Amino acid sequence: MLTILFDGIAYGMLLFVLAAGLAVTLGLMNFVNLAHGAFAMAGGYVTVVTVNRLGVPFLVSLPIAFLASAAVGFVLERTLYVHVYGKSHLDQVLFTIGLVFMSVAAVDYVMGSSQVFVQVPGPLQGKFDVFGIGIGRYRLLIIFICGLLTIGLQCVLAYTRFGSRLRAAVDDSRVARGLGINVNRIFALTFAFGSGLAGLGGALGAEILGLDPTFPLKFMIYFLIVVTVGGTSSITGPFLASLLLGIGDVAGKYYVPTLGSFVIYTIMIVILIWRPQGLFARVASR
Amino acid sequence: MILPRSTILAATECLSTRARWHPLEFAFWIFAFAAIYLMPGHHLILTEIAWLGLFALSLDLILGYAGIVSLGHAAFFGFGAYTAALLAKYQIINEPVLAMLAAGIAAMMLGFVTSFLVLRGSDLTRLMVTLGVALVLRELANRYGWLTGGADGLQGVTIQPIFGTFRFDMFGHTGYAYCLTVLFILFLIARRLVNSPFGLSLLSVKGNPLRASAIGISVDARLVAIYTIAAGYAGIAGALLAQTTAFASLEVFSFDRSADLLLVLIIGGAGYLYGGLIGAIIFKFMQDYLSALTPQYWPFWIGLVLVTIVLVGRDRISSWTAPIRRLSTLMNLRAFGTRRAVSSIQRTSQ
Amino acid sequence: MRSKYLTGAIAAFAFGALAAGNALAQDTVKIGLIVSMTGQQASTGKQIKAAVDLYMKENGDTVAGKKIQVILRDSGSVPDNTKRLAQELIVNDKVNIIAGFEITPAALVVAPLATEAKVVELVMAAGTSIITEKSPYIVRTSFTVPQSCVIVADWASKNNIKKVVTIVSDYAPGFDAEKSFSERFKAAGGEIAEAIRVPLANPDFAPFLQRAADAKPDAIFIFVPSGQGGTFMKQFAERGLDKAGIKLIGPGDVTDDDLLPGMGDAAIGTVTAHFYSADHNSPMNKAYVAAFQKANNFRPAFMSVGGYDGMHLIYEALKKTGGKADGDSLIAAMKGMKWESPRGPISIDPETRDIVQNIYIRKVEKKDGQLYNVEFATFEAVKDPVKAASKK
Repeated sequence: MLTILFDGIAYGMLLFVLAAGLAVTLGLMNFVNLAHGAFAMAGGYVTVVTVNRLGVPFLVSLPIAFLASAAVGFVLERTLYVHVYGKSHLDQVLFTIGLVFMSVAAVDYVMGSSQVFVQVPGPLQGKFDVFGIGIGRYRLLIIFICGLLTIGLQCVLAYTRFGSRLRAAVDDSRVARGLGINVNRIFALTFAFGSGLAGLGGALGAEILGLDPTFPLKFMIYFLIVVTVGGTSSITGPFLASLLLGIGDVAGKYYVPTLGSFVIYTIMIVILIWRPQGLFARVASR
Repeated sequence: MILPRSTILAATECLSTRARWHPLEFAFWIFAFAAIYLMPGHHLILTEIAWLGLFALSLDLILGYAGIVSLGHAAFFGFGAYTAALLAKYQIINEPVLAMLAAGIAAMMLGFVTSFLVLRGSDLTRLMVTLGVALVLRELANRYGWLTGGADGLQGVTIQPIFGTFRFDMFGHTGYAYCLTVLFILFLIARRLVNSPFGLSLLSVKGNPLRASAIGISVDARLVAIYTIAAGYAGIAGALLAQTTAFASLEVFSFDRSADLLLVLIIGGAGYLYGGLIGAIIFKFMQDYLSALTPQYWPFWIGLVLVTIVLVGRDRISSWTAPIRRLSTLMNLRAFGTRRAVSSIQRTSQ
Repeated sequence: MRSKYLTGAIAAFAFGALAAGNALAQDTVKIGLIVSMTGQQASTGKQIKAAVDLYMKENGDTVAGKKIQVILRDSGSVPDNTKRLAQELIVNDKVNIIAGFEITPAALVVAPLATEAKVVELVMAAGTSIITEKSPYIVRTSFTVPQSCVIVADWASKNNIKKVVTIVSDYAPGFDAEKSFSERFKAAGGEIAEAIRVPLANPDFAPFLQRAADAKPDAIFIFVPSGQGGTFMKQFAERGLDKAGIKLIGPGDVTDDDLLPGMGDAAIGTVTAHFYSADHNSPMNKAYVAAFQKANNFRPAFMSVGGYDGMHLIYEALKKTGGKADGDSLIAAMKGMKWESPRGPISIDPETRDIVQNIYIRKVEKKDGQLYNVEFATFEAVKDPVKAASKK
């Protein structure tokens, strides 16, 4: 049972790292970026190429994936996304889905349609047995890295000037601008960082979730679920939401395998009916 | 309190001006029906465009006129498709037209029951709740494979000829005529609906629900009503798919179907009823052409088209077609006299 | 408002293209190849297309005085797309043969069309038993899932495996696999401790593997569609099940040659039963693998031979009918045909029009630094067991 709990926590934290960038983007600029999964895919493929073909150690390839996705995010944001901010939500959806199609086809062309695997180093394979609980080593690494990231994010948000500026801009961007905060620059940096996080999530997730060119389309739903259930006005919201969903999904499939897929959707619907703004959203002052 | 006669007259005049038929609309439908005779080799894809257009029309009713964003409209589509297919397979209702209506009613009931889920919450919430409903239905259809055929799809469906005479043939002739007629009739009903006081009240709800309820429009009742109607339309579209292909599989509930639908509607433009139809034509032909050209990488080109459409901007694109609209309005002027033409010019320049 | 001009232009373009195409109709045999080139099953489509291209490159495009033309269409793994594309190919392009079909619903939905238009439906990938029964014009060159599963059951019961947990994907081929394996295994005295079904989309195998491990079986029987074997293998190893002494058995879909090289050492020792391995030791196969890898950057997998042999069947049937390409002559010529394929000797059963082939038991081993399914036992001329049983 505790093994299932452990597995669920690992899965949930992975979802969190993947979806965190989306939550911040949506909350900050009210921009629906459905192409978020494409950045995750980019990070995953960067890791595959660096580890498998260039022989870079796995742990070193993780920051490389982060930086690569962040760079791609920054460039795209400055060149393409910036033209789309003022448009309606529907146009943003059209735009980002168009980007997803392009990225899926491009990756298919360059890397092939089959699933790819990362050669995870030996020490990370298999599991320990602690008091009868099987702790998978790779999942332990995920929990460790994602935990550090979460704490880091929370610290940045709560204790740094950048973090307080970011929180101000999310709460009410007009007033924030009025106070002299450069919201556009904050957004560019946050977008890049969020894309980088997605890339890191993709790199970590390649082993557990499977990486192929259709990755953005397959997992878009899960990111959206995390963001909607968690609300977009804090980091803790999506964090707790991803844990809930991760554990719920894994436990549901273990205890009631016949209803496996229902669990995650039903949980989501129930939560959204009960709390339409998401579980942890503060009511915005707008 | 009784309203003064002048207010009532003004309101009636406003509504009837909105509801007037524009010459381009005539041209559209004439061409669509003429295609039955002029484009016999394309009836298969035109049939798909017809039910896809109906499906997009149903989404337009809730998205363009009531502001409900839905990523799970395929739920009603699929429900209608399976209902029609099952009715045909077990020979409960043999006449396709009756089966289609039954499927529409079934979908309407489902729409009514789930409409309460979309009353609260932001756009994002509605998006996810509707998506959740569609995916749960998909899982249910998979679970009850003994009824729905599961992942293999429903086998052994034979559709009887319409009214006993028009057989569904391999070339799609009957299929296209059937789908187009159904689309046209439902379109007329929808047009009547959105140009009525009910339709106007929906627009006010979409614009500002708080204000609308402040002046006495019961928001929830309106939303439930339009959602139910739209669900019925979607169910009929699904029934048309099931009847023209004699098949129904889990794909009818999939996320891809709802997402493609949203794309189709956004391409054509939401809020003026023709957006779904135009979007269906453009999207389907474009996809067909591109996938025949490059079967493996066509999503790239579609993506590029979508990105370009957004970057270039809808306003710029519609300004390219403005000359056509102005020309047709001038024709309207000549045919029907100045006063009506002036009010229709005022309408098209909005 | 834009529609009138746009659709008119497209219609004019299409008409022109059609008119040009019709001129070549008489001396060409057209094959409509509908496979999934995008979407979940894209890797299957790629394998088949590569094999078809390879065959035509090696054997030219003229047979019995007729030119062969392959028209490729992407179905996107959506069955109603397949149906419309098939209809258009039959009606507009006047194809003589429709081939491909990467998933069962695609093959099933086209069956009534094949019967009505008297066009050969050549199934190159889908694996459910009942497909060939749906129309007298269907012929299959791929495989049926039960073919491999009953052989696995036979091998397992003779090799000290008494208690098995079955894990299959929650769709029709999965149920086929579960049923054919369980029936045969139980008939031989084995015990099925639990039958687990995994959702088809986005499977995280962790909870299901945990459940299976808790039942403490001798072996886990696994069937997943050919794209998911890798993820399964990784999670199997991650859970330490291989070290716990639980064997992994199943039909060869889980160790698909397409994904095997990337699976890592966790896969070594897995025993599967299937009809094709890239390692199959015959001169024909060695040449096939070499040519295939040279033309593409990936290894041929079991999905590809369905395409390769399908083309061979068409070519040989045309030679036998002297170029007559109507459905009835082709089917009559195809029934009972036997030939040597890269996978081994195969034939088309004249009664069921289904494929009869050898099934090999293989084990994953490392050769020249790469992982291969190495064959060590052969069961010859295996017919589809489900149809064979229903005849008794």
